[in-house]
Amino acid sequence: MEIIEVSHFRKRFGSKLVHEDVTFTVNKGECLGLLGGSGAGKSVILRSLIGLERPDSGKIVVEGIEVTGRDESELIDVRKRVAYVFQNGALFDSMTVFDNIAYPLREHTDLGPQAIRDRVLEILQTFNLQGSESLLPAELSGGMQKRVGLARAIILKPDVILYDEPTAGLDPANTITIQNLIIQLKSTGVTSILVTHDLDTALRVCDRLAFLENGHVEDLGAVADLKEDPIQIMQLFVRGKSD
Amino acid sequence: MTARTEKFLDFVGGNSLLTGKVARDLFRKPLYLDLLIVQIQSVGMRSVPLILTVAMAVGMVMALQFGIGLEKFGAKLYIPKLVAVSFVRELGPIFASLMFAARVGAGITSEVASMVVTQQVDAIRALGTSPIKKIVIPRVLACVICLPLLCAFANAIGIFGGMVVGSLDLRLNAGFYWQKVLATVVLADYLSGVGKTVFFALFIAIPACYYGLNVERGTQGVGVATTRAVVTSSIMILVGDYFLTKLFWIIQSWK
Repeated sequence: MEIIEVSHFRKRFGSKLVHEDVTFTVNKGECLGLLGGSGAGKSVILRSLIGLERPDSGKIVVEGIEVTGRDESELIDVRKRVAYVFQNGALFDSMTVFDNIAYPLREHTDLGPQAIRDRVLEILQTFNLQGSESLLPAELSGGMQKRVGLARAIILKPDVILYDEPTAGLDPANTITIQNLIIQLKSTGVTSILVTHDLDTALRVCDRLAFLENGHVEDLGAVADLKEDPIQIMQLFVRGKSD
Repeated sequence: MTARTEKFLDFVGGNSLLTGKVARDLFRKPLYLDLLIVQIQSVGMRSVPLILTVAMAVGMVMALQFGIGLEKFGAKLYIPKLVAVSFVRELGPIFASLMFAARVGAGITSEVASMVVTQQVDAIRALGTSPIKKIVIPRVLACVICLPLLCAFANAIGIFGGMVVGSLDLRLNAGFYWQKVLATVVLADYLSGVGKTVFFALFIAIPACYYGLNVERGTQGVGVATTRAVVTSSIMILVGDYFLTKLFWIIQSWK
């Protein structure tokens, strides 16, 4: 069953045509990796899936709801069900870790203060962030910021998670921690798209990989097939690094 | 169309749209009163020392200037009247608003622009909430509530500053000074001065939010946006003052 459908997506920024005709689908419970050189427009696609960017033409359907052409108020329902994990965490710097994670619960649920507290403390434990609830984002390491961003994104138990470079700039230990968290979330049946430059993460976490180049999806294939064909992996790696 | 004209039209259109969105969402739930209170504290309470210091200084300088000029004609007795009317009708609102634009307008733009650059505004949207309700409305409302109050305080302190100079330097009796002030300033003077600051608050808060939300070129753009916001607000206050003064005169003349 297709949860995400992107068809004939076209996007231009000024005179630069970033996407000419991008088409792909993501099935329920699947994790699709979006690869491509810098400036290939991977994040633009991700942002467009929840209406943070608007395509010039084409259609985006997420969980049966057509996202394109909807105004901000109509997108709230989609955004409650589709979590977006930002590259740098995008934490609210005036709020503590606790308030950052509690934000979606306060906005979209009727939970009381104690229930919110319990839920936040539980997720802090899951993400190995116990004791950091009263810290401000500026007091956290890069890895912790990413984990808090991930915790905030999934606290409403979304059906779909969009990861924008979740392991970028992290050391190997933190990269593995984030990979494990993504795999753990995937095992709960969450559908996801992962934008990354990190081929190791893509191969470990994703079910299929799509390679974006020249405004199109140039290659789309299952990770299992790729793993059996080291030459193809090498080609993807080289093309990913070539830019 | 020249690039400059295009930018101007972009500014006018963008600000009009933002004002429309603020008006549309103002009474829609949720109201975020907690954010409004935080902003009132930030933009209002913390502006008190700056605005009162400036008001005091301007009041003292005015009394001194009028005193030097009028003494030659033996007309020193008119100092309280002149200081009071000019302060209440013009100088109080203008100086309070310009100081407010410099401090609060710049602060709003740089804060909002930084939130855009660090994707916090995107995060607000991605988490299913509205940047208009979360960021713009609390700041606009706080400015509209605080600036008239600050102006009222500035008027009182400015006139008091005039009295200090009048009694210490110009040998005017303090009791006489206050008597003349109270006899001269009528409610209409007061309302026209303070009333203008409601509009000035909008001239400060809306462009400040607009430039912040539309920042370009990352952190470098934050400084540019902040400068533009303060310059734009200052021009709008000074030009708008003429039209608002005229409007209030027309309203007064109907009575």
